[in-house]
Amino acid sequence: MKLSVQSLDVRYGGVHAVRGLSLEVGPGEIVGLIGANGAGKSSTLHAIMGLTGASGSVRLDGAEQLGRRPEDVARSGIALVPEGRRIFAELTVEENLRLGLAGRRGDRRAAFGGVHELFPVVHEFRHRQAGALSGGQQQQLAIARALVAEPAVLLLDEPSLGLAPSVVDVVFESLAAIRDRGIAVLLVEQRAQRTVAAADRCHVLAAGELRLTLGPQDAADTEKLVEAYFA
Amino acid sequence: MTVTWQNLADGLALGSIYALMAVGIGLVFGVLRLVNFAYGQLVMAGAFALALASQWGWPVWAGILLCFAVVLVLSLLMDVLVFRPLRGHSPAVMLVATFAVAFLLQSIALLWFGSLGKIAASLSYLQRPVDISGVQVRKFAIVAVVVAVICLVLLYLLLERTEIGLHMRAASMDFSTSRMLGVRANRVIGVAVLISGLLAAVVAVMLTVQTPLVTPDFALTDTIVVLAGVVVGGLNRPIPATLGGFSIGFATGVLGGALPTNQSQYLPTFIFAAVIIVLLIRPQGIFDWSKTVERV
Repeated sequence: MKLSVQSLDVRYGGVHAVRGLSLEVGPGEIVGLIGANGAGKSSTLHAIMGLTGASGSVRLDGAEQLGRRPEDVARSGIALVPEGRRIFAELTVEENLRLGLAGRRGDRRAAFGGVHELFPVVHEFRHRQAGALSGGQQQQLAIARALVAEPAVLLLDEPSLGLAPSVVDVVFESLAAIRDRGIAVLLVEQRAQRTVAAADRCHVLAAGELRLTLGPQDAADTEKLVEAYFA
Repeated sequence: MTVTWQNLADGLALGSIYALMAVGIGLVFGVLRLVNFAYGQLVMAGAFALALASQWGWPVWAGILLCFAVVLVLSLLMDVLVFRPLRGHSPAVMLVATFAVAFLLQSIALLWFGSLGKIAASLSYLQRPVDISGVQVRKFAIVAVVVAVICLVLLYLLLERTEIGLHMRAASMDFSTSRMLGVRANRVIGVAVLISGLLAAVVAVMLTVQTPLVTPDFALTDTIVVLAGVVVGGLNRPIPATLGGFSIGFATGVLGGALPTNQSQYLPTFIFAAVIIVLLIRPQGIFDWSKTVERV
């Protein structure tokens, strides 16, 4: 299933957070969204998920999603791993995963196998309270919870934020495995170089507008990245 | 002041009823972050249904069914006509709306039934005592405790063992994230309101045994006392809230029976003074011992 965003506009009162943004993410693709703080990256994900009001168009295989409730967007095949993870700290790891089933469309019996394989730690600590996990483990749980829904599109909002470098490696490796499963991934990140290298293409946002699109070959070009960021 | 076994049994009975009211109020607060001040009026409506059924000579079971039907219909109407349209508004707006609903229901009862009220006497046989090891205990005290335990166990199983229960627990912790995962807001709120209504109907049946005269302000004082108990217990969590409701009911029941008649009018003063002292010492609630286990 393909995610197609056309002329997306997000406003918070007088603040124009996203201005006429258009992008596409196909099955088995990773598309990056990078930019400075306040560039409109998270607002774009929130608008796609129905968490904030927006105008324009967000289509999943042609079906309009804009204006739908977040739970309906989730049930149609879009999952968001929010910034800060937002796991349910008082529930067990397994209960957190079971919550991911709420958005699942297909057979529920096979839901956990794939995520346990991808994140063994989630299986290992399944009876533990989620709040007792380390930051990296919680991030893996947040991604696993989204994957349990078997989404066609996975939106990730700064999954490496606040994590140790070794854990960041685990997260980025998992993204490649998720792509290989045919899921369309839209990745918002602050780690520009890493994101450009991992993504099939990477859009640079500034003041809510798409300024530049980079390919993996640009990851090593530090000057170009700096210019794209601060232009 | 002398506390007898009979006083303790009465305290347990009132504590059990108040615990159910506390759960009913706490469930809706959990998913809507709303203290439903009209909860007592739902109980009052159910009690009037019982009184009417008693007046019409209906059998006890039919009266109880009518009571449940009236309370459930009113609960669902409250959700559809008030809670749902106002869901996006500030908590203050919703709070004022529940006050409006409370006064509306009370005024309707006053217009229909008058201020003198009606008698719901079909379950009055539960006031008769039974002898337990030489202690005279009203049948009602035993029934109230048993019914409350059954209701609380069923609710616990629903919350802990079912999908909708998990969704309700998650929604009470973080509604926005729950919806983002696909949890249906209307379904979760609807079920919470429905269960809250079921508990209000159970409370209506039991309170009419305790106080057969049903007036438009029936259960009003009980609701205020339970709200105080819920706050004292810890509003944010179901178990502390339930324990708070039970404790204040138990204290009211025991003191109500043990205080000499010429001092019983001071009972609310004692209870609310205790509430203020507890809140000054533990503002988060006396039974909320939860620790933050979240790691960063």
